[in-house]
Amino acid sequence: MSIHFEQQDIVVPGQLLAEGDYHTGEGAYMEQEKVYASVIGLAKMKGKTVYVVPLKGQYVPKPRDIIIGNVVEVTLNGWLLDFHSPYPAMLPVMHALSRRDATHAKDNLRRYYDVGETVVAEIIAADRTRDPLVTTLGRGLGKVRGGVLMNIIPTRVPRLIGRKGSMINMLKSELQVDIVVGQNGIVWLKGNPARMEIAQEAIRQIEREAHTSGLTDRVRDFITAKLTEQNGEKNE
Amino acid sequence: MSDKKAEAEQPLIDAKGLRTDGRKLDELRPIHLEVGYLSRADGSAYIEHGKNKIVAAVYGPRELHPRHLAQSDRALLRVTYRMATFSVSDRKRPAPSRREHEISMVLRQALEPLLFLKMYPRAAIDVFIMVLEADGGSRCASATVASLALADAGIPMRGLVAGCAAGKIDGKIAVDLNDIEDKIGEADIPLAMSPDRGEITLLQMDGKLTAAEFAQALSMAENGIHRIQEMQKTVLLEKYAQIRETIGDEPDVSPEDEVFEEEPAKEPAEEPEKPKKRAKRIKTEAKETKPKPTKKSTRSKTMEAQAKK
Repeated sequence: MSIHFEQQDIVVPGQLLAEGDYHTGEGAYMEQEKVYASVIGLAKMKGKTVYVVPLKGQYVPKPRDIIIGNVVEVTLNGWLLDFHSPYPAMLPVMHALSRRDATHAKDNLRRYYDVGETVVAEIIAADRTRDPLVTTLGRGLGKVRGGVLMNIIPTRVPRLIGRKGSMINMLKSELQVDIVVGQNGIVWLKGNPARMEIAQEAIRQIEREAHTSGLTDRVRDFITAKLTEQNGEKNE
Repeated sequence: MSDKKAEAEQPLIDAKGLRTDGRKLDELRPIHLEVGYLSRADGSAYIEHGKNKIVAAVYGPRELHPRHLAQSDRALLRVTYRMATFSVSDRKRPAPSRREHEISMVLRQALEPLLFLKMYPRAAIDVFIMVLEADGGSRCASATVASLALADAGIPMRGLVAGCAAGKIDGKIAVDLNDIEDKIGEADIPLAMSPDRGEITLLQMDGKLTAAEFAQALSMAENGIHRIQEMQKTVLLEKYAQIRETIGDEPDVSPEDEVFEEEPAKEPAEEPEKPKKRAKRIKTEAKETKPKPTKKSTRSKTMEAQAKK
């Protein structure tokens, strides 16, 4: 029984993390009573579980995740969304429109979502043997109008949201910008253009420094500095 | 022809026991590694191994096209090794050669056993390796960069793969042969392995060696691979360590402020006003576009329902 890392250490694939009676979580695997890292990321341990929070990687759909996707195809009974994942998402009419709308919608689905439009959706099923199924019925789901999209590395989304939404709520309240974060790394912003620019810069900073601590405070300092700078310009 | 003869007569090891480029028998060529070399790839890396200059780009796991290649239990790994037309002294013809196809295949086989491909069924992982300048041992250097690019892409793997050759020149066993040693030396063994796992994934041999010589060459190449692997690990960590350093971050943090502790709940569902508007808009749109007779029918249906009650 021994551990070969400190909490939050950055580890590389194949690195020995622990020996003995441990469990493995995400980003780690076990071979002959030894736990190794399988991705580059931050090594952690909770109880007897050793895991690695990945710093990079493709988004893998999980049920109940909110994602932002692009409509790439309108089919006979729904839409296909591209959301930067190995699999396209299926959005059937049944999960996109109310029953009353759905009965009459079949003649022209493009009226609701057309190719090239951006949709906020929730994943309802994803088992990797079939394409994930998503819905736009629910609060905050559906087509987005206007605003700006940006892409970040999907594994760093939890950092952008923060514990219980601390980071994202800070961004929203400090900047008065509407932000929707998809678990797949697509972020939608809408608001005052000048403040939106600050928000984008802040999000880039969060992405870049995702593996560091005290990030929320640093980002808040950055935003207040930028805001005072902007106000100064206005007064001149 | 006369050139080649002259080359053949030139000794590969001089009186001091040094090779044509001044190396000792057990010395590697200088190696320089970079990760995140390309901005648009999911993962990328660059290597300068002696005069070899090679870029590797990884895309994926992503949707697999054409679909019929999909494997229902695992991702498909596609490796493409290509040489630039300007990578060798005589212009290389741009069409993929037999040699490029073969190296693509052996590199795929060298990388595949280390990847957890079963985590991404039906998807594809594409690795593109471009040789910008070739010196001997480009397939070994390619294995080194490709593995680095895969790690940079965040693809789960059991360990990194590194490559290094060994061979026989002027009757002596030497490590990491360069172009001329490869061409006129007596034997060449390209080797790629994962030193962490102790698994050899690429082993080829060109030329003749006795069993003892072979064992010696193998252990020398293995030794070189261990050194290359250390460089791989350093360069992967460097990028992140640098960011930590520039902002003066302490790696060990108090439990309250743990990085990545936060579990993202269903976050974006917290805008009460906007979605309602959106829902209304969709509804009104639908109403406007509805043909009149259907409107009537729905109304009559609801009336019927009410009457039943």
